[in-house]
Amino acid sequence: MEYILQPWPWYVSGPLIALVMFLLIYFGKTFGMSSNLKTLCTIGGAGKYSDFFRFDWKAQRWNLTVVIGAVIGGFIATQFLSDGSTIALSTATISDLEKLGFSNIGESLLPPEIYNWDNVLSLKGMSILIIAGFLVGFGTRYAGGCTSGHAITGLSNLQLPSLIAVIGFFIGGLVMTYFMLPIIFG
Amino acid sequence: MKFLKFLFVGIFFGIVLVKSEAVSWYRIYEMFKFQSFHMYGIIGSAVLLGVISVAFIKKSQLKSLEGKPIQLVIKEKGLTRYLVGGTIFGLGWALAGACPGPMYILVGSGVFSMFIVIAAAILGTFTYGVLKNKLPH
Repeated sequence: MEYILQPWPWYVSGPLIALVMFLLIYFGKTFGMSSNLKTLCTIGGAGKYSDFFRFDWKAQRWNLTVVIGAVIGGFIATQFLSDGSTIALSTATISDLEKLGFSNIGESLLPPEIYNWDNVLSLKGMSILIIAGFLVGFGTRYAGGCTSGHAITGLSNLQLPSLIAVIGFFIGGLVMTYFMLPIIFG
Repeated sequence: MKFLKFLFVGIFFGIVLVKSEAVSWYRIYEMFKFQSFHMYGIIGSAVLLGVISVAFIKKSQLKSLEGKPIQLVIKEKGLTRYLVGGTIFGLGWALAGACPGPMYILVGSGVFSMFIVIAAAILGTFTYGVLKNKLPH
């Protein structure tokens, strides 16, 4: 039980993520979480505005079920399977984040500087979350997939487009991390 | 009942991503700073095992649970959409510290401000759908 409550090492977690992909393929589906954002647009009536959203969303109910499961899994893992240990980040990371003005680094999954309501309910904090979410939603559909669809499933199937997309993920991620985060939080 | 297996896969996925800390903003930041092997180990070992399992599926012509031939998704050829779309996604990923899977999982972990990110991601997807024919692909 002790091993379950502690954070899981990469060599346990990575293969288990591959198992998730394998199971979904074995069930006749695929591993792609961002498709649900498109499905939610369709359910909300986006088909009135673009052909892109005109499809039978009921065929995607299985994937929405995976989402509901993921929410439940997040709840179970946090409530019952965690010992509350601080994330064992590298000292270099902690020092870099301190320079950006972050504190209590790694004590929760997400930085309070971005996700606590006190910060969210300010113009700057709200803009950060909205812009970040918008970029993720727009970019993932433009690229035709996200981390699960491209980085895990696409690369596993040796798809060149997925490799290009993952290179793009890194270009964007590096620009944000090295050049923009210091401006936003510095 | 046929949805139950998907519910369980989702629950399992959520637990793995929390326990691996892959849903943590800090871990994503650390990855983009190349300051730890953790995230590379997770993604690398998942892909390595993924490549092996996909090769096995193809070679053994494994049938799905329902007995049908397994169709693997083939991504359309292209460059612009993957590079530009991917870069836009990466900017958001490093800022939010969460991609579409972790967004839902983090709601379950009790971070309700994540609903704002999800709503904005839905709006982003909607905007792409409306502009799709005007964008280079």
